[in-house]
Amino acid sequence: MKLGDVNPVFRALADPTRRALFEELTRQGEQTVHALTRYAGVSQPAVSKHLTVLKRAKLVGDRRQGRETHYRVQPDALRPMADWLQDYGAFWRDRFDRLEALLERMES
Amino acid sequence: MSESTENNRSVVIERVFHHPPEKLWRALTESPLLAQWLMNNDFEPVVGRKFQFRAEPVPQWNGLIDCEVLIIEPLKQLSYSWGTMGIGTVVLWTLSPAEGGTHVRVDQSGFGPNQERNYQGAKYGWQRFFDGLERVLSGGVG
Repeated sequence: MKLGDVNPVFRALADPTRRALFEELTRQGEQTVHALTRYAGVSQPAVSKHLTVLKRAKLVGDRRQGRETHYRVQPDALRPMADWLQDYGAFWRDRFDRLEALLERMES
Repeated sequence: MSESTENNRSVVIERVFHHPPEKLWRALTESPLLAQWLMNNDFEPVVGRKFQFRAEPVPQWNGLIDCEVLIIEPLKQLSYSWGTMGIGTVVLWTLSPAEGGTHVRVDQSGFGPNQERNYQGAKYGWQRFFDGLERVLSGGVG
């Protein structure tokens, strides 16, 4: 399981406000911090802080235009999370093989 | 003889083992045996018992899985919660007699934040988020 890859993504999305911001960007496309602040209903510094966490997890990207910073989603950052869920399938199959080997070794 | 289905919220693996249910039950519920094929653990087959599986730590993961026994129905069903990195899931084992052995199914479901930790009162549901995950990944982004 490549748990290390998925940890920052889950951490970033653990907060409901960040999850809401991320979803809003998914729905609306690129948005300014101002627009996101109006949407989120919390202060702009709070929104900026949340966006920084999302950016660190590579879930969003930003660009400056004049005095405004525009944010957009980077959906590829979610890929490790989806892969990780699928990895559990591989994990259990591998453990079934080990279980089979153990059963062979056990006295019946 | 193994098949699986996976989506965003559950993983199911099934297999027929050519061994009697009694033997499988021991492998699933006796801590030292469990350690030999799954992970080191302090499991005890008592409903409500909290225990841990311990894997080798890797960067950004301490290797610990926090569990609580939910169902013990000897030779038939076993279930425990499985929480790691703040993500809570439930693992359900179902045994049933099959020709020449035992059919074993493991069902891991409910991928979402571990509610016990710090996500209470979330106004934005994870369930919905996971439902939308596939859409986001398939490029349905504005």
